Amino acid sequence: MIYKVISKPEFRAFVDALVRANTSYGPRQVDTDHNGEPIYQFMPVASADEIAFDYTVTTSSAKHLLMPFREELSKFSFKDKNWDQEVEYDAPPIVLFGLRPCDINAINILDEVMLKGPYPSPYYLARRKNTFIIGMDHLPLPDCFCRSMNKHTTDHGFNVFASDIGENYFLSINSSKAFNFLKEFETSDPTYEDDCKLIERRKLIKQSFKTNVEVTGLPMFLDLEFDSPIWEKWGDKCLNCGTCAMVCPTCYCYNMEEHLATDLESSSREKRLYSCNLIDFAEVTGGHNFRPKNGDRLKYRYYHHYRGFAVNDNQQICVGCNRCGRACLAGINPKDVINDLRLEKESCVTCVLPSPEKS
Amino acid sequence: MVTDHGYKCRITNIVPLSEHEKLFQLRIVDPHERALFTFRPGQFLMLDVPGYGEAPISISSATSNREFIELCIRKAGHVTSALFEAKQGAFIAVRGPFGTSFPMEAMQDSDVLLIAGGLGIAPLRAPLFWINDHRDHYRNVSFLYGAKEPSQMLFTYQFEEWKTVSHIDLHTIVEKPSDEWTGRTGMITSLFDDITIDPKNTWAIVCGPPVMFKFVCTHLDKLGIPMNRMFVSLERRMHCGMGKCCRCMVGSTFTCLDGPVFDYWSVMNLKEAI
Ligand SMILES: Cc1cc2nc3c(=O)[nH]c(=O)nc-3n(C[C@H](O)[C@H](O)[C@H](O)COP(=O)(O)OP(=O)(O)OC[C@H]3O[C@@H](n4cnc5c(N)ncnc54)[C@H](O)[C@@H]3O)c2cc1C
Ligand code: SF4
Ligand code: SF4
Ligand code: FES
Repeated sequence: MIYKVISKPEFRAFVDALVRANTSYGPRQVDTDHNGEPIYQFMPVASADEIAFDYTVTTSSAKHLLMPFREELSKFSFKDKNWDQEVEYDAPPIVLFGLRPCDINAINILDEVMLKGPYPSPYYLARRKNTFIIGMDHLPLPDCFCRSMNKHTTDHGFNVFASDIGENYFLSINSSKAFNFLKEFETSDPTYEDDCKLIERRKLIKQSFKTNVEVTGLPMFLDLEFDSPIWEKWGDKCLNCGTCAMVCPTCYCYNMEEHLATDLESSSREKRLYSCNLIDFAEVTGGHNFRPKNGDRLKYRYYHHYRGFAVNDNQQICVGCNRCGRACLAGINPKDVINDLRLEKESCVTCVLPSPEKS
Repeated sequence: MVTDHGYKCRITNIVPLSEHEKLFQLRIVDPHERALFTFRPGQFLMLDVPGYGEAPISISSATSNREFIELCIRKAGHVTSALFEAKQGAFIAVRGPFGTSFPMEAMQDSDVLLIAGGLGIAPLRAPLFWINDHRDHYRNVSFLYGAKEPSQMLFTYQFEEWKTVSHIDLHTIVEKPSDEWTGRTGMITSLFDDITIDPKNTWAIVCGPPVMFKFVCTHLDKLGIPMNRMFVSLERRMHCGMGKCCRCMVGSTFTCLDGPVFDYWSVMNLKEAI
């Protein structure tokens, strides 16, 4: 990693040059919500002027730029009672601008899922290695809990990361591509004062988190609370809409669909992002559903995020962005569900006899 | 094989087995790919019917058969129904093999108990053939097979061969007998009355509908067979076979990667497993 300092106008010029020359996506205000608050999304951008540099958080994550909601995996063409299959892994280069640390951490998690294990995904790899990521830090919204998940900072998964230190940005440069490109712009080596400002900035961010979700020991709690009535309580509210998974930066489960062209001469095989909250997620042929109730499915999503992955990869998969909580029409969010679960278990402590006094 | 390219296969033979099941014999078209293709008993393939989609299917043939792959398939839904329309000579594809397998080597010099219910015989044929190929390495081999009705009993044409050539002690039972049925009637667990087991020296493989696992494995546990020497094959919805789509997940376990073959101890400790 190489550290540099760049003035805000110069950084803007750098971003402008980059997005003008490449297919780029960055945060843009797309609407306002019922309270008049802006709604941001990662959208195509062609110049720095289109980017909302001071955005808070996007409603949907940047996941779908690496993992589209719909993706053609292969094509078949039929002829003379035979067929040919065509598989393409290429992806054009893109620039992703303005990702927050938790969003970059989410991509790092997707990297683990998609690129490790016995069957790395060549589709994801093609996109990932052609993606140039510029990260930026920010102050959290009141309901962000990335700090609880220890995902409020990041030291990898980006090409450049910009921290706001007042007049300037403190740049962490993590790739030779970024380093070479930045050579054309005016940067300087950080001074002692810049380092101090960065530390202050980090402190401020860390202290600005208003929401805390206690996740220590959660994998075991989830196991102990497998049959808890809490799942039914929250499950009864759940609409099985799958919105939480669509906006989540780390949800990656999918469905496969095959589309036969009307001329019957070709078909395409598509992967579609899916959600474990959808009713047929675990339904097998013959109609048996391994997770028949809303609560079973909601529980499973929490299991996958806070337990399953922890067991498999020694980390929890949720980054604490609370996009799912904000988007859920039924008002279900991780903080309330997890707190409920802990209360249910920890309240037992009150009925345990106090430890015997020392005589 | 890590890609979405399957091995292109030609359907070389189709054997009707019952009203809803057929045995499909497939031959990998490319001789080079055919020479490279190997698998272990218990593994499965993603069967690919272009234009329709994929479905996970256990390999039902002998590992020693390098010329053909056999799949015993029930007409159940979208993909399998399309396959049932296919004629001999048609081209389909398979991806794989995927998943874990039965520890055939570890079972050597012991008694082996194979227990199948209904279509559960499909994945059991591979270990059966394996034992046949290495018969000297195994002691008493018993095969308990139960079906709902006599007409649903699959591979009856191979029973004599298994008994006489492979020296397998075969016991069958049906729930609903027909007029011609002269054999045993009842649940598969009644067949335990017909055999003697040396629990210290027995390994078991159990395949069938989930309800069967509970009854059979509890019974085997009572007989004293250790849970880590009983193997089951779990069924889940699968869309990738590669640990990516998460459709087959049970807790933190992928049925496609960590299974489908599990020892009963692992299954006992998995919530939602059966
Ligand atoms: C490891 C394993 C081995 C199997 N071995 C055999 C076998 O040897 N013979 C046999 O007849 N059947 C077997 N099955 C069941 C078989 O996979 C389903 O019957 C099959 O998926 C039905 O596909 P379909 O498209 O016809 O049904 P649809 O109901 O139309 O299924 C649509 C899709 O859902 C998925 N799916 C649905 N049900 C299941 C299911 N029960 N298991 C896994 N995926 C499912 C598949 O991806 C399928 O393409 C096996 C299942 C597993 C998991
Ligand atoms: S938790 Fe909320 S967003 Fe997710 S499926 Fe249920 S209702 Fe939809
Ligand atoms: S589960 Fe919710 S809070 Fe966690 S990463 Fe996904 S959207 Fe963000
Ligand atoms: S079948 Fe996709 S994860 Fe197992």
